[in-house]
Amino acid sequence: MLNYFESLPAAVAQGIIWGIMAIGVYITYKILDIADLTVDGTICTGGAVCAVLVVSGQPVWLALIVSIIAGMLAGLLTGIFHTFMGIPAILSGILTQLILWSVNLKIMGGANQALPATKYNLLISRLNLDRSIIILEVVALVLIIILYWFFGTEFGASLRATGANLNMSRAQGINTSFTKIIGLVISNGIVALAGGLVSQYNGNASITMGQGAIVTGLAAVIIGEALFGWLCRNNFALKLIVVCIGGIIYYIVYNTVIFMGLDSDLLKMIAAILVAIFLAMPYWKKRYFSNAAHAEKKELHDSQKAEKKKAKGR
Amino acid sequence: MLELIDVKKTFNPGTVNAKKALQGVDLHLKEGDFVTIIGGNGAGKSTLLNAVAGLWHIDSGNIKIDGKSVASLSEHKRAKYLGRVFQDPMLGTAATMEIQENLAIAARRGDHRTLKWHISSKEKNYFRELLATLELGLEDRMTAKVGLLSGGQRQALTLLMATLKDPKLLLLDEHTAALDPKTAKKVLDITDSIIAEKNLTAMMVTHNMKDAIAHGNRLIMMHEGRIIFDVSGEEKKALTVEALLEKFSRSSGEEFANDRALLS
Repeated sequence: MLNYFESLPAAVAQGIIWGIMAIGVYITYKILDIADLTVDGTICTGGAVCAVLVVSGQPVWLALIVSIIAGMLAGLLTGIFHTFMGIPAILSGILTQLILWSVNLKIMGGANQALPATKYNLLISRLNLDRSIIILEVVALVLIIILYWFFGTEFGASLRATGANLNMSRAQGINTSFTKIIGLVISNGIVALAGGLVSQYNGNASITMGQGAIVTGLAAVIIGEALFGWLCRNNFALKLIVVCIGGIIYYIVYNTVIFMGLDSDLLKMIAAILVAIFLAMPYWKKRYFSNAAHAEKKELHDSQKAEKKKAKGR
Repeated sequence: MLELIDVKKTFNPGTVNAKKALQGVDLHLKEGDFVTIIGGNGAGKSTLLNAVAGLWHIDSGNIKIDGKSVASLSEHKRAKYLGRVFQDPMLGTAATMEIQENLAIAARRGDHRTLKWHISSKEKNYFRELLATLELGLEDRMTAKVGLLSGGQRQALTLLMATLKDPKLLLLDEHTAALDPKTAKKVLDITDSIIAEKNLTAMMVTHNMKDAIAHGNRLIMMHEGRIIFDVSGEEKKALTVEALLEKFSRSSGEEFANDRALLS
């Protein structure tokens, strides 16, 4: 049991990193209403750029900034596929993801890039959890403050409107292609930042590090909303904090099931099934539990009864 | 003010589904004209409004607003000149945003959207006063999500948003068709008073012949992508539904095919 509690700080640190990543997913999935699959590749791009630059002797802050820019470019590409070339958003993301697979291999010159904390001066590492958690909390908080400000501006509000109602947005003079692209750029920049943090934390970047990232991100968004959504009311900053907490809870649960001896090969499958069920909730609620659905059923039931009566009468 | 010159549009050209939606429409609106547009199913009424709004580009002809051609401008660029209200109350407002946020978005139609805060306290007061004029109690629910409003309330809000920044032209596309009769009347009354107060130029598509006669200073009837009847002034005031139906069958050689129009 002691082992379990000892492993908790690591879960919290990883949870915050993936919570930051989930904030990126939140921007596309919740605000823009686009399921952006670019992120599976962007995580690795961020991690690869950060690892390669630090190993080549650049300071870690510069490496992270370049990671963010690289992620933004990936988002830009998906945005261009989607708006300028008219490709559905999901497919646009998959195309960029595939492009990034090659790009990431080229960046790292192979499938892996080691980034040992013992050799380089890193911002965070699994070898120094206390310090890492504090730094990650600050990074997450600064990010949330910047996003709160941005989405409260005239331009940020036009991004929110784009996700809420394309038709209304265009009628109000918003260039929805441009706002979508900017949303994708910001989102992927944040995801790449998370990727850079993951590679530092793990002490390496690998080509598979982003596999299923979108599912983890969605899980964080959904868990946060399900457990603490009622706390947020309409406060955007609180919503982002809740997403981040969702990431932490995800990793604590992940940690717990592994500790309980679950085959870790099955984890991705279980995570995906859980996310699928949570995504189905609003649909099921509407389909089977709303008043309208009940009324419909009752009506059907009544008419069947009446028919039976008629048949009997004959 | 608005000039449509021989505007043509065919949907799905070169296929079995080809539909000649506009077959050479000429229309000139004067400043302050309030035109009602009627016609049968598929006559091209909504297509005409969409052509002006720029949902797609027209095949040939030209569209000018204040002498400037807007035919090549994209939808969001034309929005600078236009206020629009749609048939579906869901289309004109953002459900997941607050009432005041929707208004703030509309207050910047045609402006460059900057990194300034999206709403000022001065605006909030102004919006509150404006909402009060609707007499729907929305002024006390400024921070409520628009998704919580009824269809009629949303349509009234859309109308307010469309005219918040005086548009050169207000486009109303059967904007009361989805509402119950009582709410429809209320929204129409609001429409009338805003148009009169701001002296707006407006085009209103309606399926209701009585409404088409009772509102505005000019009435046009469309059939198969053409304007077949155009009447204004005293002559319009003297119109009756029967006269319109008669006019229609004489011009088109057909019965008036719009179930809703005949029922209402």
